[in-house]
Amino acid sequence: MYAPSFDYHRASSVAEAQKLLAANPGAKLLAGGHSLLPVLKLRLAAPSALIDLGRIAELKGVSAANGGVRIGAMTTHAEIATSPVLAKSCGIVAEAAAQIGDMAVRNRGTIGGSVAHADPAADLPTVLVAVGATMEIAGAGGATRTVAAADFFQGMMTTALGDGEILTAVWVPALGAGTGAAYAKFAHPASRYAVIGAAASLTVKNGACERAIIIVGGVTATPTALPSVAAALTGSNLSAEAIAAAAGKAAGDLTGDLMGDVFASSEYRRHVTGAYVARAVAAAAARAR
Amino acid sequence: MAVPVSLTVNGQSQQRDVDPRLLLVHFLRDVLGLTGTKVACDTSQCGACTVLVDGIAAKSCTCLTAQVDGASITTIEGLAAPGTLHPIQEAFWNKHGLQCGFCTPGMVLATHELLRQNPNPTVEQIRHGLEGNLCRCTGYQNIVRSVQEAAKTMNGGAR
Repeated sequence: MYAPSFDYHRASSVAEAQKLLAANPGAKLLAGGHSLLPVLKLRLAAPSALIDLGRIAELKGVSAANGGVRIGAMTTHAEIATSPVLAKSCGIVAEAAAQIGDMAVRNRGTIGGSVAHADPAADLPTVLVAVGATMEIAGAGGATRTVAAADFFQGMMTTALGDGEILTAVWVPALGAGTGAAYAKFAHPASRYAVIGAAASLTVKNGACERAIIIVGGVTATPTALPSVAAALTGSNLSAEAIAAAAGKAAGDLTGDLMGDVFASSEYRRHVTGAYVARAVAAAAARAR
Repeated sequence: MAVPVSLTVNGQSQQRDVDPRLLLVHFLRDVLGLTGTKVACDTSQCGACTVLVDGIAAKSCTCLTAQVDGASITTIEGLAAPGTLHPIQEAFWNKHGLQCGFCTPGMVLATHELLRQNPNPTVEQIRHGLEGNLCRCTGYQNIVRSVQEAAKTMNGGAR
């Protein structure tokens, strides 16, 4: 399949990419291309130009920063999945990245591209909201701003990124002592997108769950918190029975429109979400202890 | 607007002016005539278009030629010297890891990536590692055996 025609520009710095964005109204930013190129090939979009961010060194890499981890927007899923810094500080992000697509997709797909595309069936948005990540955004005038992950994802394929803005990095906090987080996914067997992705972050003190954050994606247009599940877990001893009882409340928390397609109807997804929430919670509980 | 690109493909330097929307797989097949790389699903799910970009596996149907300007590309034609087989190709032959053969170039290059990341994979790791490559003939059993044999050969073990 051929995309509609577009001009191609290659930026060597964020500043140059911003200039190119300003000079080319209707241009789109090209990261690894694993979200954008399929969209163009299906002719769901027809930008006048692509601005390739692939050669911008300042956008690549994972490093410890501000008590957490800074992940450059052009860091690939493969690099995230194998990052020792992330494994130590916030392993759930690496765990989710390792489940994206397949080996070849992870070699070229990037966190910035995935997050800016905001596909409901992507893995990283769910996890980034669960751990309280922060998006670092470069504005047109050279100013930078930050947006909490929970505020960044605004709708299906819609984010807080404005015209002329470039997502430059994602910052994730280090999980503190006593906190465990895990991601459980029902992958579509062909596309390996998340039919359901469940992220749990639990803080355990003296054997009891002090704080629980449960976020699901895939089933919803944007990462969605399950407050009844979290409330049922908080104060519990995270026994198998407690987890099962809490996860049973997942369907009740899914009140809005749910995703559905020929592979998995919205009714099915609502029904199965609890099972994946239970898996994520059990794994997170084991890590928190 | 044509974009000048300069790539090394299977060890040979190639300079062309390409349409920005030209996918790497079409550059390889239609411009260079290297038809070993296949187009099947064209949606980065099936892996038939897998090639190595600077030694790392990529799906060439989801990559612009312009994006990999300057890179070294290896296709199935260039994995071994002419007239010889790479140990992975030989293992697919010996273990009948193919039937119609359409998925095989991608399978072989995905196996190359799997063994690069994990030279001694378990059966489960092989099945997981090749999840991005679809075969509609074999049922995968002989593909897994082929990868096991390739790993053994490449690690210097007896066959």
